[in-house]
Amino acid sequence: MPLLVVAFHVNIKYAIGASLISVIATSSGAAAAYVRGGFSNIRIGMFLEIATTMGALFGAFLAARLAGGIIAIVFGSVLIISSVLSMGGHEEKFTGPPDRWAIRLKLNSAYPTAHGPENYEVCRVPAGFGMMFGAGTLSGLLGIGSGAFKVLAMDQVMRIPFKVSTTTSNFMIGVTAAASAGIYLRRGFVAPVLVMPVVLGVLAGSVIGTRVLVRARTRWLRIIFALVIAALGMEMVYGGITGRF
Amino acid sequence: MAQSNKPPSRWNDERVERIMGTLLQSGVIISAVVVLAGGILYLLRYARLPLHYENFVAERESLRGLAGLGNSALHGDGRAIVEVGLLLLIATPVARVLFSIIAFALEKDRLYVVLTLIVFVILIYSLFGGAT
Repeated sequence: MPLLVVAFHVNIKYAIGASLISVIATSSGAAAAYVRGGFSNIRIGMFLEIATTMGALFGAFLAARLAGGIIAIVFGSVLIISSVLSMGGHEEKFTGPPDRWAIRLKLNSAYPTAHGPENYEVCRVPAGFGMMFGAGTLSGLLGIGSGAFKVLAMDQVMRIPFKVSTTTSNFMIGVTAAASAGIYLRRGFVAPVLVMPVVLGVLAGSVIGTRVLVRARTRWLRIIFALVIAALGMEMVYGGITGRF
Repeated sequence: MAQSNKPPSRWNDERVERIMGTLLQSGVIISAVVVLAGGILYLLRYARLPLHYENFVAERESLRGLAGLGNSALHGDGRAIVEVGLLLLIATPVARVLFSIIAFALEKDRLYVVLTLIVFVILIYSLFGGAT
């Protein structure tokens, strides 16, 4: 979305619409490849989607009522902070008491590794659920997938293994974006001719990207991920200060 | 609240996810083909007009109503066909949620049928109901 606004001088409202559509294309386009890996957890995804879709509706509601510059600055700052957080890492296994909600909602599961399936337990479910509402709000407000925040909530707060977090979040961003895309479409923020090349490009990219993820090392995934969100954050703050939004 | 002592059946979950993946990818491919077809039609007709997206003007009314949209698409309006493709794309995650409700019902997981239904209702509300 910043690319559309900065490089191609597209109005921010059209960029939001195009961006939401591209998020859905990424999510659905990559889904089949992710699913085959067996990493994603549909119960975690579906439960947290209650929070993200409600947040998305709230965000789309806010988007029509808040000044763009303020939103961009706040959002950019949060992105920079989160990129620093994600570099921290937490390789130690969590040893506290099991989370009541995780058991009741059957969120604990296992994922395949080189040494066979490995079990994991989900922690701090209410806090993760709350963060997901925030991630959904940002998604609806700015037309992004806010996959970075979803991964942050699952990885850092709920202590879900990184590959499970990223693949489950890929499922979730599509549903979250669909929740606000409906509203943006009805507002007339989706310009078909602008979205067309974006969609076709994103589809090609996500198909290639998922081929890489299944084999990639977690450590490198983390670093690339952190750099991308830091760059996005600085972009947003700069844009907000210079009054571009 | 119902609480099963055995872990959820992995085999069932895996099968559900595999079907879901196929469903999503088919939806995306179909919508990409429709978008591409509409785009080509549009470009053939209007290739020489420059595009102006610097200023925001809400898309014209006929593209926003479902009936008007279908009508324009059938008359070979490239923009309308592209938008039909985009609607198909938005429908893919909605279809996934709907499919999950059925899958959880088959697994007799009542808790998750309810949780998934909540997500589905929110999506339908966003697409069809309420204020924009």
